[in-house]
Parts: sequence; C-alpha cells; structure tokens
Amino acid sequence: MQPFTKHTGIVAPVDRVNVDTDAIIPKQFLKRIERTGFGQFLFYEWRFDEEGNPIPDFELNKPRYQGASILIARANFGCGSSREHAPWAILDYGFRAIIAPSFADIFYNNCFKNGILPVKLSEEEVDELFKRTAANEGYKLTIDLEAKRITDDHGLDIAFDLDEHRRQYLLLGLDDIGLTLQHEDKIAAYEEARRARAW
Amino acid sequence: MGKKTMYEKIWENHVIHQEEGKPAILYIDLHLVHEVTSPQAFEGLRLAGRKVRRPDLTFATIDHNVPTKDRFNIADPISRQQIATLEKNCRDFGITLFDLNTIEQGIVHVMGPELGLTQPGMTIVCGDSHTSTHGAFGALAFGIGTSEVEHVLATQCLQQAKSKTMEVRVKGSLKPGVTAKDLILGIIAKYGTDFATGYVIEYTGEAIRKLSMEQRMTVCNMSIEAGARAGLIAPDETTFNYLRGRRYAPQGEAFDRAVEEWKKLVTDEGAVYDRVVEFDADTLAPQVTWGTSPGMGTDITSCVPDPASFPTENERKAAEKALEYMGLKPGTPMTEIEIDRVFIGSCTNGRIEDLRAAARVVKGYKVNPRVHAMVVPGSGRVKKQAEEEGLDKIFIEAGFEWRDAGCSMCLAMNPDVLQPGERCASTSNRNFEGRQGRGGRTHLVSPEMAAAAAIMGRFVDTREWKFKTEAVIG
Repeated sequence: MQPFTKHTGIVAPVDRVNVDTDAIIPKQFLKRIERTGFGQFLFYEWRFDEEGNPIPDFELNKPRYQGASILIARANFGCGSSREHAPWAILDYGFRAIIAPSFADIFYNNCFKNGILPVKLSEEEVDELFKRTAANEGYKLTIDLEAKRITDDHGLDIAFDLDEHRRQYLLLGLDDIGLTLQHEDKIAAYEEARRARAW
Repeated sequence: MGKKTMYEKIWENHVIHQEEGKPAILYIDLHLVHEVTSPQAFEGLRLAGRKVRRPDLTFATIDHNVPTKDRFNIADPISRQQIATLEKNCRDFGITLFDLNTIEQGIVHVMGPELGLTQPGMTIVCGDSHTSTHGAFGALAFGIGTSEVEHVLATQCLQQAKSKTMEVRVKGSLKPGVTAKDLILGIIAKYGTDFATGYVIEYTGEAIRKLSMEQRMTVCNMSIEAGARAGLIAPDETTFNYLRGRRYAPQGEAFDRAVEEWKKLVTDEGAVYDRVVEFDADTLAPQVTWGTSPGMGTDITSCVPDPASFPTENERKAAEKALEYMGLKPGTPMTEIEIDRVFIGSCTNGRIEDLRAAARVVKGYKVNPRVHAMVVPGSGRVKKQAEEEGLDKIFIEAGFEWRDAGCSMCLAMNPDVLQPGERCASTSNRNFEGRQGRGGRTHLVSPEMAAAAAIMGRFVDTREWKFKTEAVIG
C-alpha cells in the first residue's frame, strides 16, 4: 500500500448527501476479478449517459476539475454496499483523499486499506471548502497527515483529527495481515481453548 | 462484576489481543464468502503465499451473479468468469462451496441461518453489508471489505475498534397488515440513514420479542441502512426452536448445553447503552419509500412530501433530486402511485414466511395486466419448501413468474434489471439511483405490500386487504 504523508492536489466537489457505493461504482462493473482498472467506471451513471457520452454538467467532467486528486463531499459519504470496488475506483481515478462531514462505516474502513485518506470536518468547514472550490478555478488543497492540517494558498488553515492508529497506518503504509500474524501464538491458543470447551 | 450489554459480552469473548490505542484483534467464528467480493482476496493470499487458516469455518455460495431462470446458461462471460473463479478458489483452498448444483445454494444471508451455521454468540463476517442479518440470532455479524476478507481468510481474525452501543426499544406490537419490514423502514424513516453510524444496535422490547426468527432477520438485515455496524436481538426460545435440528447446529445433548451458554449472552439488567431510542409499533402504518435513500419513506396513508418541508438546505436539495429521479410530484397520495414491476425476494424478504405472506395476499387474484411481477426465493431450500406447500402454484396462477434462487433484482447484477423509467415495488433493501437498473425507480415495501401492489397496479393499505382465503398459508 502506498503511504500517505503530505499531499497537494486539485479539489473536485460532489455536492450531494448520502452518496452511496452503488453511485460510486455501479454493480455492472463489479464482475472483474482484479483490484485495478475501476477508475474508468467511477460515478459511471452520473458521468456518462446511456450511450456512454460524458454528461457535461457532472463536476468530474468539467475541464476545471481535470486531474483532481482531492474529493469534497457531503454527509454519510459511501453508504450502502460494502464493495471495496468503491475505494478502488476512487483511487484508480486519481483521488488520494476525501473530505466530508461524515462517512459510512465500512467505506471509511475500506479507504484506509487502500491508502486513501478520508478526512472528517464540520459541516461549516466543508461548506467553506465547497465555496472556495467554486470561487477559484484550479483550487488546490494541501493535506498534511504528519501535522493533521489542511491548508490552501488563500490563508485557509484547518486542523483535523484522526485516530492515531489509523494515522500511523497510513503514514507507514502498513500491512494489516502481517501485523495480526505477529500474534499467531495467541490465535492458536484461543483456538485450542475453544476446542476444549466445545459443546 | 459490571453490568454488560450483549454486544460487550460477545466482544469480550472474542478479543484475543488488545493494546492501548490500537484496535483489538477479534476472533471470527464464521466467514461467509460469495463470488463478487472474494476474488481479489484469494489473489492476495496467493501473491503472499498464504493459506486459508480455517477452511472449516469458511463457507461459500454463489448468489449475486446467478441468473434466476436458465441458470446454467450464464450469458455474460465476465459473470461466468467470476463464478468459475470462486469455484477454483474454493477447490484450491479447501473451502465448502454450495454451488448451483446444490439445494443449499442461495443468498448467503438466507443460506447461513437455514443451515444452522449462524448461532448465538458467534462473530460472523462476510464481504457483504447485509451480514447484519445474522444479528437476529444474537450473533455479532457485520459486513467487511475485500481487504478484510483476505485478512480473515489468512488469520481468522479482524482488527476492530469497539463500537458504541445503542438500544432501539420497540414498544407495543405490530398490527395485522403491518410487518417487520414496515418496522425497520419506519425506524429508518424516523431517525435517518446515518443515525446509528459508529454504533451496534440492539433491538429490544415487546414488539421484537413477538417477532418470528425470520421477521427478526428482516429487521437486523436493514441495520446497515441505519448506518449501524451491526444489529442484534437477544436469543430466546424463538431462536432456540428455530435452530434445533439444523444441520450445523449442535445436536442432542450438545444442543442443550449450548442453549444454557446462549442464555447467558443477554444484556444484564441495568447495563447501560451509549444511546437509547424508542419506537412505537402500535401506531405504525405500512411503509412505502418515495425517494432514493432508504430513509425517504412514509406511511401508506400519507403523500409524497414537498421538498420545501425539509429543515435543511442539503435535505431539500436531496429531496428535490430524488423526486425528479423518481418521477413523483409532491402531494401525490402514496396509494395513487402506479407501478410497472414487482420484485419479491432478496436477503431482506426472500424467506419462506415472506413467500407465505405474499401468497396469502395473492391467492384468488390476478396480477394487474400492466404489471410484470416475479418471485425469487432466497435459496434452493426456500424454493423447494414453497413448492411443497403449493405457493409456486398460487403465484403462477395469479400471473407471477416463479424463479430460481439468487440476489436477482435487489442489485441487478444478473439479467433481472429494471428498464429506464420503470417503477418497481420491491421487497429489497436499497432504493438508490440505478440500484435495480439505470433509470429504474424503486419503492421499498413489505412482501404483503408488494403482492397487493402487483394485483392492484398501485400501492394499497395492506391493513384493509380483502383476502380471498381464510387459511393461513403454509
């Protein structure tokens, strides 16, 4: 997994509450057996019409948001299905971070497994980011995970909070399975004790 | 000793390692696997040279992709490859697979309980958000992503942070014509689709105790639509009676010993939840959703709401967008919404009791000529039992299609897809834009409501349904 330390990038907005993982990656694209190649299908039914032509009004299709790597969104982002194809599509498209007032539980968790930083800010702070993104073409943010701060070139400086374990996990790009297997003896002992008190 | 909630007891029974400031390492008793969220996990194991630690605690089936008619003839080559990949992975790693040739095959959350794999006090995971279904037995059950599927395959454990606890106390009792589906839809409509984010819900109260096992599964199934990590219902005689004699449940005296242990799981008197909310079952009316989020629902006696009536700007915008997508006008009575399609099935409402309830409504009637209606049993066993009880004939005589088991039109990964603009009364769990097919319009309802809508061509108050059969079916 690619570590996340400090990232500067163009911001793109998706201005809707309750964006579900069906919208992020529709089911017809879940049949692939690889982890890669999902970016082309990100927000597919909002990005493309039934003939596959780009819908010009959708934010990610606008020239000013091309090359964006930070997504700003509204409350309960990533609700619905547990499909990890959603963060895979977001990452594969080029996003490294998502900023929203709240995230659905499973999606939030899945982000960390893929080196994507989900940042929770207050409704007011997210509103401010939407305003600044709309007002400034090519608007960029810098997210510093070491310092837990988000800044722009116009004087914005917001502190954010994140569970310390999750922060370390992203900073170092850790392998979860390797960490758990360090406790293999305890897993085996637990299984042994279980067998002893089977019904 | 401190008073504990059921969640805390199950949690503590499964923590094998915990360090300050880090997630616990939690042992997993049962891992259910299906074809869509597992291929990349098995691939990860191969790349790292890892084995499946406990193939004996891992069970797989094929549900999301399968056609529900002519099921061995899968036209889509990518679907076919995904299914073949699961078959190969199960062979290579020694995992039991209930494939299309077995009667056990079905929706993973229908299959687990009916085989007795799901038992009180267990930790259960699956790469599927509706794993919350199994919480109906007093098991801690939740959906995980594919990276975590790989983690559980390799270690039989998960790294988990402890959730907060919420009691959803349901007073009174459901009235005739009002179902467990209406109950969970009503709770989500009242409190919202993220009111339980960060929590594990325990459903308690008189109304919950009166529910059958399958009705409890319907309630717990949609806990994820409230944002919850999991939903739980304390095991009781209803639970034990359901489990007794099932294939993977303890047998004979072992079952009695298990019951004694399971009884200890219930929340201690005086234990404190982080949050408590109440809900009144007595006054609940049948529910129908009008929008594109499961919380956008209302009583059958009510009207499509005016977006201007919502308190915040974001909610007003969401309601406007939803009504535009759904092709609905504010103020339209719910009973005047005409439908084109009916889907009865899914992990929420594809069990035998659901089919019996729908068949009782349907018996003696014909499907409205404008409506295309189908019934998709949740598993091969549900299908067989329904046929033994003659339910298939009731549906077919009325004009329903009677299909084979699978997830089907709940998420439309197989050929069962809505056409743009089609309006569907669906017993599934999600009404998101495009969920049942691009441009498709989904109204979430109970099996009874879906059946009545198939007959009338519109939604009706199921409390006033004129049954043509006196008999309780099944």
